[in-house]
Amino acid sequence: MITELDRRKFLTHGIAALGATWTAAHWPAVVAAAEHAHHIALFPEDQKWEFFTPAEAKEIEALASCIIPSDGTPGAREAGVVYFIDRALVTFAIDDQKKYREGLPEIQERLHELFPGSTSFSAATPEQQEAVLASIDEAGAKNVPHRPRGNFNRPNSAAQPLFEVLRVHTIAGFLIDPEADRKGNRGGVGWAVIGREPGHSFQPPFSAIDKGYPGWQPAASVTAATKDSNQK
Amino acid sequence: MRIDLPKYKTSDAVDFVIVGSGAAGGILAKELSSNGFSVVVLEQGPYLHEKDFSHDEIKVLQEDQLTNHPKLQPNTFRKTPQDKAKPQRALVYGRAVGGTSNHFTANFWRFHEIDFKERSKIGAVAGSTLTDWPISYADLEPYYTKVEWEVGVSGLAGASPFDPPRSKPYPMPPLPVKSNGVIFERAARKLGWNPFPAPMAILSQPRAGRSACINCGFCLAFGCEVGAKSSSLASMIPLAERSGKCEIRPNSYVHKIAIDERGRATGAVYFDEKKNVHLQRAKAVILSANGAETPRLLLLSASSKFPDGLANSSGYVGKNLMFNTGAVSVGVFEEQTNDYKGYAVSRILHDFYELDAQKVGFYGGGGLDARFDLTPIGFGIGGLPPGTPRWGKDFKAALAHNWTRTFEIFGHGTSLPVENNSFSVDPDVRDAWGLPALRLTYKDHPDDLKLAHWLAARSMELLDAANAKQKWTFPIDEQQFGVHLLGTCRMGDDPKTSVINPDHQTHDVKNLFLCDGSSLVTSGRGQPTMTIMALAFRAADRIISIAKRGELST
Repeated sequence: MITELDRRKFLTHGIAALGATWTAAHWPAVVAAAEHAHHIALFPEDQKWEFFTPAEAKEIEALASCIIPSDGTPGAREAGVVYFIDRALVTFAIDDQKKYREGLPEIQERLHELFPGSTSFSAATPEQQEAVLASIDEAGAKNVPHRPRGNFNRPNSAAQPLFEVLRVHTIAGFLIDPEADRKGNRGGVGWAVIGREPGHSFQPPFSAIDKGYPGWQPAASVTAATKDSNQK
Repeated sequence: MRIDLPKYKTSDAVDFVIVGSGAAGGILAKELSSNGFSVVVLEQGPYLHEKDFSHDEIKVLQEDQLTNHPKLQPNTFRKTPQDKAKPQRALVYGRAVGGTSNHFTANFWRFHEIDFKERSKIGAVAGSTLTDWPISYADLEPYYTKVEWEVGVSGLAGASPFDPPRSKPYPMPPLPVKSNGVIFERAARKLGWNPFPAPMAILSQPRAGRSACINCGFCLAFGCEVGAKSSSLASMIPLAERSGKCEIRPNSYVHKIAIDERGRATGAVYFDEKKNVHLQRAKAVILSANGAETPRLLLLSASSKFPDGLANSSGYVGKNLMFNTGAVSVGVFEEQTNDYKGYAVSRILHDFYELDAQKVGFYGGGGLDARFDLTPIGFGIGGLPPGTPRWGKDFKAALAHNWTRTFEIFGHGTSLPVENNSFSVDPDVRDAWGLPALRLTYKDHPDDLKLAHWLAARSMELLDAANAKQKWTFPIDEQQFGVHLLGTCRMGDDPKTSVINPDHQTHDVKNLFLCDGSSLVTSGRGQPTMTIMALAFRAADRIISIAKRGELST
């Protein structure tokens, strides 16, 4: 959010002032948020859950981590997506509580069915986790190497609606404005992964493409200029 | 400067009560109050300020901070009057002081001459009530100029060979070009088309105490935190309040126009925040509640004197609804364009504004723009190419690669007015205040769908010429949802086929005026707010002269 002070600065000093001011003013907060996320990730028992039980939270974190994995760059886990979802389920997504509560047992069932003797989704191997998700979202799992064979369609599946809402919530928790009071995109890692620079004010040029743009010219003079350069 | 804002008693008849504070209501409030008339503006939504706006996509897009809320105000939809309508979200409009102008994209195309007299030029179109406006482009031109200078529009006069005549250049140069604008311009020129800098209601330079655009990248759907977007809230409401004659009363949900035994309006009946009912008395009433809520209010105000709804002797209240035709194609490019930075649109073209129906086989026309109007979550959910894995490392890789390399070509076009396409009141479903819900009846005229496909084909040609690595068009289906709410109380000279006269006065009730998207006779080519604002400036002039003649005080 741009503060009233920033806004006033803008009115009087223009873009350059705010760009620098904004980053400087918010940098400590960004760093602190990143450190906090790291701390929470290391010590999850510190977390007071608003909706999930600790065991459910572990399962959801593992599921979200399959949707946006931590594969060399931060994923749903580092962005604190499970904390975003926990908060979501007592605020804007309160209507989705049922889908979470009813969907988790079926995910457990599918895991046991595919891999007898396994304990929980979060304790399963990455290959086993992928296979379970692929059994739920067959259409979206084209490129999953561990896709199980067989027909896993269940009438009135509870895992399918959970997967759909979890996918949306995971994306939202990964990409929400880190300054929003939603506990998602901790440290702005989601934005960093997709290449969105932090901050809320930018100056042209925005990329190499508009950097060299000579300014708009009427079509006729463009044609003339093109001819000139062709003759050279 | 400290301003003493007036507080009017509901029992004292003010000169004007205006319902709605959006694109039209804000201008009317400013014009009437600064001409010495006392004005109360009743706004359904809250009074939000720049400090209340944020980039929280959940708050704005999920919790409807700025817009009508589907749970409190449900809608229903059906395709034809023979069908039973089913609960379904049918529209989005701004529900806060400033209305829809808070969150619009700010494309400010003037209508062209053809938009006012198309029926005369092309003749009747089967299945449509297409008709000419009772006013011309020349009548509205001074007011378009007024919008550009007083509300604030950035652009380059004379850049489009298709532009209608204008009396003055733009007050500010175009906003800085975006990379998608550069790509669009080069590709369009390759195809022999005429791209030009988009006229935008966003300040490219500081003006009137407002900041220039800071290119934050959260424009469409979001309120502007620095007042650079030329909403009513940023541009007109402060001037109305500065007049000392205008009270903006938020959280005031009008549900009935009061009428006396002579058939004249005496004020507006509304719920306050606590659902207490009040009547704000007024000498004249102006509805600028938008193209859905204005007709709904007239229908809710039915009485023994007006059994089919107020000002509805024509039977046209709520009908001839036009949403504008749209088609969105998307391209992914090899190089980074970073179009998430900045406002939405920097280049457009109008080569297809007026298509030859004989050649293309349908009526219509439109324009194309290059834009990136997706914010991060919206992009993550719906911005990747069809067939992209929906989860896992390949999904994540696509997000990471495409966010900085994607933009859209948006084709905007005409909608034909069809009598059955309408907003009316649902017989069964009610809102949280116990009022009948808005019911949408809509089925695109076949020509509108042909136009959408035609525009999408041009967009795909353009993406080809621009060397897009991947490209696709979102499915073109019959519309069941709208944000441009046009034509539902159309203007005309004949009381049998129109609801208001060219002065925006209802044919049936002399001190009741309507001015918003409902006044439009044709849809233009997809960017209606500029015309709604120009009409509001013109309506203010007409209403002031009627008031000065003493016709409202009897």
